[in-house]
Amino acid sequence: MSPVENLRIATRALRANKLRSALTALGIIVGVAAVVCMVSVGAGAQAEVSEKIRTLGANLLLVLPGARSSGGARLESGTQPTLTEEDATAIRRELANVQVAAPLLSRSMPLVALNRNWKTLVAGINADYLVAREWQVVEGRAFNGDETVSAAKVAIVGAVIVDEVFDGRAGVGGSIRIGNVPFTVIGVLDKKGLGAAGRSQDDVVFIPLSTAKSRVLGAVHGTTREALDFISIKLADASVRPEVQREIEELLRQRHRIRRDASSDFRIENPADVLTARGAAVRTLGILLIAVAAVSLVVGGISIMNIMLVSVTERTREIGLRMAVGANRRDIRWQFLIEALILSLIGGGAGAILGAVAAIAIAWNAGWPVLISPWAIMIACGFAGLVGVSFGLYPAQKAARLDPIAALRFE
Amino acid sequence: MQPLVRTIALSKQYPSGEAVVSAISNVSLSIAAGEFVAIRGRSGSGKSTLMNLLGLLDRPDSGEYVLKGQDVAKLSEDARAAIRSRDIGFVFQLPTLLPRATALENVELPLVYASVSRQRRRRRAMDALARVGLAARGHHWPNQLSGGEQQRVVIARAMVNDPAVILADEPTGSLDSSTSEEILSLFDGLHRDGHTLVVVTHANEVAGRAQRQITLHDGRIVHDERAAGERSRPNVINQESHP
Repeated sequence: MSPVENLRIATRALRANKLRSALTALGIIVGVAAVVCMVSVGAGAQAEVSEKIRTLGANLLLVLPGARSSGGARLESGTQPTLTEEDATAIRRELANVQVAAPLLSRSMPLVALNRNWKTLVAGINADYLVAREWQVVEGRAFNGDETVSAAKVAIVGAVIVDEVFDGRAGVGGSIRIGNVPFTVIGVLDKKGLGAAGRSQDDVVFIPLSTAKSRVLGAVHGTTREALDFISIKLADASVRPEVQREIEELLRQRHRIRRDASSDFRIENPADVLTARGAAVRTLGILLIAVAAVSLVVGGISIMNIMLVSVTERTREIGLRMAVGANRRDIRWQFLIEALILSLIGGGAGAILGAVAAIAIAWNAGWPVLISPWAIMIACGFAGLVGVSFGLYPAQKAARLDPIAALRFE
Repeated sequence: MQPLVRTIALSKQYPSGEAVVSAISNVSLSIAAGEFVAIRGRSGSGKSTLMNLLGLLDRPDSGEYVLKGQDVAKLSEDARAAIRSRDIGFVFQLPTLLPRATALENVELPLVYASVSRQRRRRRAMDALARVGLAARGHHWPNQLSGGEQQRVVIARAMVNDPAVILADEPTGSLDSSTSEEILSLFDGLHRDGHTLVVVTHANEVAGRAQRQITLHDGRIVHDERAAGERSRPNVINQESHP
């Protein structure tokens, strides 16, 4: 008897009980969908983390203002204006392994251009900052030395600003107003995408640090503002990171005149660590869900076995009849094995599609790249098939072992 | 000339609680090609057991069974399945059609297991259906057919493989008298066409059609007689019953 005949018999039997077949395959569907979805989401999240680390700039360290202690109560980080532009200059000048130490001072402010309002992040920087972040100016130019020193009213804008404020038209040469101060746009930055906090890094306007201190950010209180948000430090080499970290610590404690037993009024962070930790968390969650999926596959297999046993009992007379007209044990065994296999493979196929769709939806929402792993699909479907065969074998064997006379007499 | 079916001292016992019950003991009989034989007896006389043994659904505990010159008594289950597929056609009591297959597909079933190609299968099944007068009903489902029509489909299935022997167990058991008559005429026709028929029954009108009547009592042959007016086949009427 040809396998095609068995396939025909099996599909007919499954079609005769459509709802039952669908419910039986459900366990497999859920299991395979979970595996495919989690592997794809995990891969996408991993790629996203790598991409963020890349857009952050390689070998970056951040120095942030520390928490202020007030009578034993430690206040929020950044409450103490402790970092200054001079600190950045000193780090750059005195530490050999530091390529760039870029100060940054920022605040969210309303922006007016043409007749449009837009609230965005306004950050005062030197040209060094763009070097530290490995951020290219794709149109126009970066700040030159003069502009940095003379508090010039020039701005470099992110891609989002071009899209939202200038309607995607060339921004260079355009004029914007920040607070009450008019600026001329001299450069447009390359797209960076979402940052670690999930906010677009391209929704930003950079102005010279001196301008920010004297005319825009500091001017809110009518004074010059010295305290920085943070200093971005680019290292010559990742391997010197611990050493440089110690050197910065030492230098700044000395500059801030901190007693030996007192805690620092700043902290040093490696932004890539946070992202890597997040990637690891996503991976752990993925492994957990794949474990759940494996359980679901086994439960799916058991439900296939259960239904196949019911099916064999229900069709005892049919089996007896088939044997009487010439079916041998192998024919009967294959008939039920193929039925179980089809159930599990249909479940696997449906699960793979469902899992891929879910992964695409999740990636879409999270802004991750969609990475459907063909390996995950193949392994999950292969496993589903294996479950079908191993759990279908016993019922099939039971059917094949029936005594034709007893089977024919079965009521 | 060698008989088509020959059994020598065939015995079969079944365990029944503590005791062992003999269903068939020392049955020896020969059936020639083309004979129409009725096996009669009360229920419990062992006639169904004899039919299961003749149809290779079961194995005897002792004795010999030679079918078409081949000793088939000691064959494995799969080897017996192959012989059933080739040489035996069964007509059981209703219902023995697969409910989810059309009449034509039901008739094709033995050919499926005999690995006959799809086209030849379809043609032979159509021929068999035409032979029982159901050529137009091939694509009906069993539940769309009357009881008599269903039994005719079963007969078409039994003869589609052109088997050496057609075995029927109470073929009119669940049919009314006029439908029974149709089925019996069909058996007469098959006999005239040269098919070998063995019918197990306790109904007189069924047994009366047969050329030869074998009566079983307590698992033994107590009577084996040919009806008057039948063609003489002295070389095959070879009663070897040991009372």
